[in-house]
Amino acid sequence: MLKVSGLNVYYGESHVIRDVAFDVAEGETVAIMGRNGMGKSTLLKSLIGMLPARSGEISLGGDLISGRPSFARVAAGMGFVPQGRMIFPYLTVEENILTGMENVVDKTVPAYVYDVFPVLAEMKTRRGGNLSGGQQQQLAIARALVSNPKVLILDEPTEGIQPSIIKDIAQALNRLKTDRGFSLVVSEQVLSFAVDVADRFLIIEKGEFVYEGPKETVDQARIHSYLTI
Amino acid sequence: MTFDVLAMQAFTGLSIFTILMLMALGLAIVFGLMGVINMAHGELMAMGAYCSYGAARFFENFAPSMMDYYVFVGILLAFVVTSAFGFLLERGLIRFLYKRPLDTLLATWGLSLVLQQVYRQFISSKEVEVPTVSWLQGAWQPTDGIALPLSRIFIVVLAIVTAAAVYWLLFRTRWGLRIRAVTQNRAMAGAAGINTARVDAYTFALGCGLAGIAGSSFTMLASTGPTTGQHYIVDTFIVVVFGGVESLLGTISSAFIIGQMQSWFEFELSGSMARASILLLVIVVLFFRPNGLFATKVRR
Ligand SMILES: Nc1ncnc2c1ncn2[C@@H]1O[C@H](COP(=O)(O)OP(=O)(O)O)[C@@H](O)[C@H]1O
Ligand SMILES: [Mg+2]
Repeated sequence: MLKVSGLNVYYGESHVIRDVAFDVAEGETVAIMGRNGMGKSTLLKSLIGMLPARSGEISLGGDLISGRPSFARVAAGMGFVPQGRMIFPYLTVEENILTGMENVVDKTVPAYVYDVFPVLAEMKTRRGGNLSGGQQQQLAIARALVSNPKVLILDEPTEGIQPSIIKDIAQALNRLKTDRGFSLVVSEQVLSFAVDVADRFLIIEKGEFVYEGPKETVDQARIHSYLTI
Repeated sequence: MTFDVLAMQAFTGLSIFTILMLMALGLAIVFGLMGVINMAHGELMAMGAYCSYGAARFFENFAPSMMDYYVFVGILLAFVVTSAFGFLLERGLIRFLYKRPLDTLLATWGLSLVLQQVYRQFISSKEVEVPTVSWLQGAWQPTDGIALPLSRIFIVVLAIVTAAAVYWLLFRTRWGLRIRAVTQNRAMAGAAGINTARVDAYTFALGCGLAGIAGSSFTMLASTGPTTGQHYIVDTFIVVVFGGVESLLGTISSAFIIGQMQSWFEFELSGSMARASILLLVIVVLFFRPNGLFATKVRR
């Protein structure tokens, strides 16, 4: 579904993503694990086009989308939930969700969204900026979901969120994946959450993948050692 | 001071307010969205005024029987011409200067000088006036002592209708949702699927169109010259800064306060003392509320 090859991203002269390549199959969930500063956010932002890539190709369901602006990548079927959530603070919860519906003909929030995230229904008319971290995370996922993405990208969804809510979010994601059939790319430092949702693990160190393995044979101790050093 | 004088002075403040508000709304929307300070905003107001003037001359010469209605044609023409100009300006110049606020400042300032010269060269170096249509002549006298000029009542109504339309556009339509989303977080709006470049172009056009309407109603208060815009741009900036760029209601309230102060202070003090006092007040307010008098509080 998603194919990335030879991707290089720089901040000025500093080379942060180095020749990264990976594929994500239809319906598959890939977790990109790595400590702070290893390049997870940089990689994911360059996938959605928030950061320009210096070289490399990104294709989505056969469409070459690298080089297109963010909104066109969303139109092609990419959904993005950034680190820190980036809710529009002065828009209501409902308006925040509606911003994700540019390419949908019927511009009303679909019922399944409030079904999966009932708290958003309760808070519909509140300003996004006044929600708690966990609520904002659910809102950010909802905003990305309503564009009906083929590939949903989540950048550290558990950062700054209570453990009980992390469980809820993992459950919600698994339910949504089976119901709506999208692929998922999620970056994480929390191994338990990643194990709950992922089919395959990639480990990133200093902008390069250093380990790859499917869930069945995964060596949790080894992943853990990459995350804690 | 009698009640009559009080009421008439307040009303004068109200009509200054309407021009300031229309100008400031356009400037604030554009600044909030793109971080672009358009130094040529005043000249766009003058452009709107000249559109009204052009409509008046056209009707005078070719359709004198319809002269009573030229006002509406003038307003519409002002909006269409200035917003089209704004659209081309954004596509042709401003969009290449995003993230370079100083260059934008210089470029639009340069443009304002060019426009002034164009007005001088091709329209008139003197001030031009439009005739007051028959149904706007005279005044409404609610009591014996109070006389409120009809033309001023008209521009107050026009401003209210325009502000309501802007409110509706921003808060009740999908276009408004896009504008507000891009204003609050440009990169995220793009990643949520919004075509930010297109939003920029249309919003800039809207802001310029509002300046055009301001200019068009300005013709009913005073004559228009090549430097008319210059007199209003400074006050407009003060209004925007005073109100805070985040809330348009703040911009409107701020225009109201500044318009009223201008009218009162000029009545009590000399013109330049009035301006100095207003500036002083604005500085004091900004010292205690750096984001403007009406900034809203939410977690970011
Ligand atoms: N805006 C930026 N400008 C320059 N360097 C940056 C910027 N953002 C991140 N970096 C650097 O890029 C590297 C990767 O950062 P990031 O992608 O945020 O890592 P992660 O998401 O894995 O914590 C880090 O060394 C960080 O210091
Ligand atoms: Mg990160």
